[in-house]
Amino acid sequence: MEASQLGRFEAAVLPHLDAAYTLARYLMRDRHDAEDAVQDAVLRALRHFGGFRGDDGRTWLLAIVRNACHTMLHRRGRDARATEFDEEVHSEAVDTEDPEAALLRGAAQESVHHAVDRLPDEFREVIVLRELQGLSYKEISVVAGVPIGTVMSRLARARQRLQRVLGPDLEEIR
Amino acid sequence: MTCLDCTARLDAYLDQELDVVQRDDLERHLETCLECQLRHERYRALSSALRDQLPTYTAPDLLRARIDGAMRAVRTERTGTQVRRWRWTAIAASLLFVLATGYAALGIQRPASPQAAMAHEVLTSHVRSLMPDHLTDVASTDQHNVKPWFDGRLDYSPPVYDLAAQGFPLVGGRLDYVGGRPVAALVYQRRKHVINLFVWPTAQANGGTPEVTQQGYHLLHWTRGGMTYWAASDLNGEELREFARLEQQMDSVAASR
Repeated sequence: MEASQLGRFEAAVLPHLDAAYTLARYLMRDRHDAEDAVQDAVLRALRHFGGFRGDDGRTWLLAIVRNACHTMLHRRGRDARATEFDEEVHSEAVDTEDPEAALLRGAAQESVHHAVDRLPDEFREVIVLRELQGLSYKEISVVAGVPIGTVMSRLARARQRLQRVLGPDLEEIR
Repeated sequence: MTCLDCTARLDAYLDQELDVVQRDDLERHLETCLECQLRHERYRALSSALRDQLPTYTAPDLLRARIDGAMRAVRTERTGTQVRRWRWTAIAASLLFVLATGYAALGIQRPASPQAAMAHEVLTSHVRSLMPDHLTDVASTDQHNVKPWFDGRLDYSPPVYDLAAQGFPLVGGRLDYVGGRPVAALVYQRRKHVINLFVWPTAQANGGTPEVTQQGYHLLHWTRGGMTYWAASDLNGEELREFARLEQQMDSVAASR
């Protein structure tokens, strides 16, 4: 790969590493798996960068990260993983935050995060992409590889579930 | 705008995905409807709770170092290999919203029974599907295109029939969510009227429940051969019953083969 192209890659993709890692954390529900998925995705992105014509490096990278995560999850089988996330996820949830601020947020955060973690993969990813990363429906449809209509119905259903689970807590959280 | 239209568009409103006309319509409705105001408040509370409380993560230094190392390796490689093209799985998205008209104005009743709750969910899905870009995920009048499209997207295979000869042409299919599960939505048309046929497996015995009429929409529900069906449309009751009868007839023909 030419040095100039490598520079272009670094400028287009590397600024979105945190967003990529955040998405991977929510999809893999494990710190180490998320790191592996992101590394795998960045290398894959590098290999395919010659075909990258757009100007939206974030959406492009997130789509590759999302696919890398799904491939890893698929390879391992979902069932075994579904039960192990509980303890780990919640002790890890605050690891990049100031401990005091995390304490103050307390149980409310725990329940919101927990509720999102218990969503099926296809619901969890649209929630993270929309609420946490602020992607438009069109961008989400590119990242998740589904039509915009499907993005809309998944978002609606995901929020209905969260409303049901969190309903009573939402007043206190606000 | 009715409460049903408002509810179906509330997500898109909060996500700032409505066009100006629809946004104004919805805001006018919110000003006059306490129930929708409260619903809007609940939606907004959820959104801000998610934004405030969900942690975001910083890529760990070790990960950055691993990526840097890989980049350095590539930099020294200087290979001349042809890089394969990344194909965007982009969907051409036209967010041209059209004004849906002709809905009867009526308040939303709170569902009383599981059956009524299901009817309400089906109805909401039907109305939501009428929003632009949402009707079909696979647009085809050919049942042999629509049926295989669901392979791998659902853990069952919905029966798909072509009723064009009988005046109900197939328009396409869509993945939707009803009753907390992904379901097949088959889209048919009668003149300008859209019919959504939701199909999913059930353990219930064959049978049907009385027709539901709500807010200008008709809903028909029946169970046959381990599949449960909900047909929703603003078509008149008589023609929708005709559609249901044809579907069941096709089912019998298929079963006797």
